[in-house]
Amino acid sequence: MRRWLVALPVTVFFVLVGFFIWRLVLMEHGDTPNIIPSVMINKPAPQFDLPPVVLDKPGLKLADLKGHVTLVNFFASWCIPCREEHPLLRGLGEKVRLVGIVYKDRPEQARAYLERLGDPYQAIGIINANLDSRDPQSQVGIDFGVTGVPESFLVDKQGVIRFKQIGPFTPEDINKKLLPLVAELSK
Amino acid sequence: MTARRLFAAFALMIIAAGPAFAVQPDEMLKDPKLEARARELSKDLRCLVCQNENIDDSNADLAHDLRVLLRQRLAAGDTDQQAKQYLVARYGDYVLLKPPFNAETLVLWLGPGGLLLAGLGFAVAYYRRRVTAAAAADPAAAPLSEAESRRLTALLEDDKKS
Repeated sequence: MRRWLVALPVTVFFVLVGFFIWRLVLMEHGDTPNIIPSVMINKPAPQFDLPPVVLDKPGLKLADLKGHVTLVNFFASWCIPCREEHPLLRGLGEKVRLVGIVYKDRPEQARAYLERLGDPYQAIGIINANLDSRDPQSQVGIDFGVTGVPESFLVDKQGVIRFKQIGPFTPEDINKKLLPLVAELSK
Repeated sequence: MTARRLFAAFALMIIAAGPAFAVQPDEMLKDPKLEARARELSKDLRCLVCQNENIDDSNADLAHDLRVLLRQRLAAGDTDQQAKQYLVARYGDYVLLKPPFNAETLVLWLGPGGLLLAGLGFAVAYYRRRVTAAAAADPAAAPLSEAESRRLTALLEDDKKS
């Protein structure tokens, strides 16, 4: 009994050290605890109806999401991680229905961004950059629980949010998390 | 005289310099009562980008949006609770700087007190054991034998004589 008590502090110490090392290793692999868990998972996507930003493409509204598995990607031309993610999105556009929502940006700058980098989206809506009580569409970002860009939501055929990516996708995220889920939801 | 004037000027500067507020004048509501409620509420709401700042103090874009939205809700007639709930529905309990007391946060709320009590328990048990063990092991703590007390009286007598 006494010997056990003497060993206790040392044991606790090493258990803690082990725990910290484990967390550090996980962080190396992108599992960071400061990522905010979303409460929107398994909830219906909020109501929205956004005007178009690119001339030959339609805007985006909630009804457009029904009937397909869709990835909704929030982006902006001023957002550097979005640029980093963009080439991956172009590849992704062939595997899942991809639509975009322009967040806190000017339409002409969003257009220039897409002209320069390519436009992988089937439809793009733009949110009024200023929150305005007369324009309920200006708070679509908040209704989705968006904290910044890029953020992406995978919405199933019924319009329910199934997955949220905070920050840019990595190839690993796409292959290990997103595409298996897309395959499952497309059945 | 000049020194005193300088000092007075300096003191005035210090008094006049208020803290820099994140809340912009154009965000504020005209109704001072509603504005006061909004200020109180926003002190308990987390800016989700900066994470450890409340939205009242934060200069982040999202904090600005949440402040404006909160004021819109209050102006539309929401109670404080409803306005908070509106944000919790979108951002989760995480948006509250003071987490609610529920099954998920039980460890958070009771953990520190529990650890402290456990530590105190250990400490008390440890010292008690040590005191009894010391008393048993220490020869000096035992009562004097007859020979020892005789020797002690003799020594004391000697002292008095000299």
